[in-house]
Amino acid sequence: MTHISDEMRAAIGIEMDREVSFPISESDIRRWAIAVYYPAEPPRLYWDAEYAKNTQYGGIVAPEEFNPFAWMAAEKQEPTVAIAGNDPGRTEKSLGLAPPEVKFQLNGGIEVEYGVPMRPGDVITAVTRLGDYWEREGRHGLMLFTIREMTWTNQDNELVRRTRRTLIRY
Amino acid sequence: MGQAKTARVGDELPTFERITGFENWNRFAAVNYEFVPIHMDDEAGRAAGYPTAFGMGALQWSYLHNMIRDWLGDDGRIVNVACQFRSPNIKGQTVTAHGVVKDVRDTDGHTQIDLEIWTEDQDGKKMAPGSATVVLR
Repeated sequence: MTHISDEMRAAIGIEMDREVSFPISESDIRRWAIAVYYPAEPPRLYWDAEYAKNTQYGGIVAPEEFNPFAWMAAEKQEPTVAIAGNDPGRTEKSLGLAPPEVKFQLNGGIEVEYGVPMRPGDVITAVTRLGDYWEREGRHGLMLFTIREMTWTNQDNELVRRTRRTLIRY
Repeated sequence: MGQAKTARVGDELPTFERITGFENWNRFAAVNYEFVPIHMDDEAGRAAGYPTAFGMGALQWSYLHNMIRDWLGDDGRIVNVACQFRSPNIKGQTVTAHGVVKDVRDTDGHTQIDLEIWTEDQDGKKMAPGSATVVLR
């Protein structure tokens, strides 16, 4: 028995999604920093240009985990079929594949590698690929692990962030 | 500012601690566009099987980064971070991000430091365990 069909295996590496951000603004960065450090004042690196000039970055940068896609993207692929966000077969349905027979899904974790920092004015392109499938017997029977790989680059094609998310389904 | 330059294996990083609830979660929802009922409404949290609404995994992720950055200061950069989300952050919990130095090594003339990191609740229960690597400049 397996959750991984031949067509699922053949889809490993396929591009699932592509988004381009609006240019990052200083106020986007400042507000993010205020929210994640609340109720303390956030570090000056995120809002004080004079201070930031004398750091290793030479200017304001965004906190590493900042999300420039939160409030709309400038360009986004529209899904061809409407699929609920909590549908455990979402990954495969969005690719036009038959989904595995799973009922439950869990966030299995996140791994991120950071490249150059994001700065005010940057435009980020995010490309998501189906990274891998594997499975093993677990507490809940045969568990399917799915990796989604997201690569973010800036307008100079420099790597900003590489993210691997693990989805556990059973 | 930073204490990373003198880091030795076994050192504990200064913790980053927050009492969590709608004051933090609503601000984070507003910057991450994370307007999900389970994070904004106790009834939705209860319907999902928890005593209250609960916080975003991405905010735990930010708290882990804040803890690393406060320790690192301007002495280096974060190379990678990983974590799992094991336990939900319900309303009123005190969430504390912790870090311990696991390895210090020289790589191409730069010092790299591996950390074990995690968030825990006020009873010491681990919520988001993980690891990170930083490089000193």
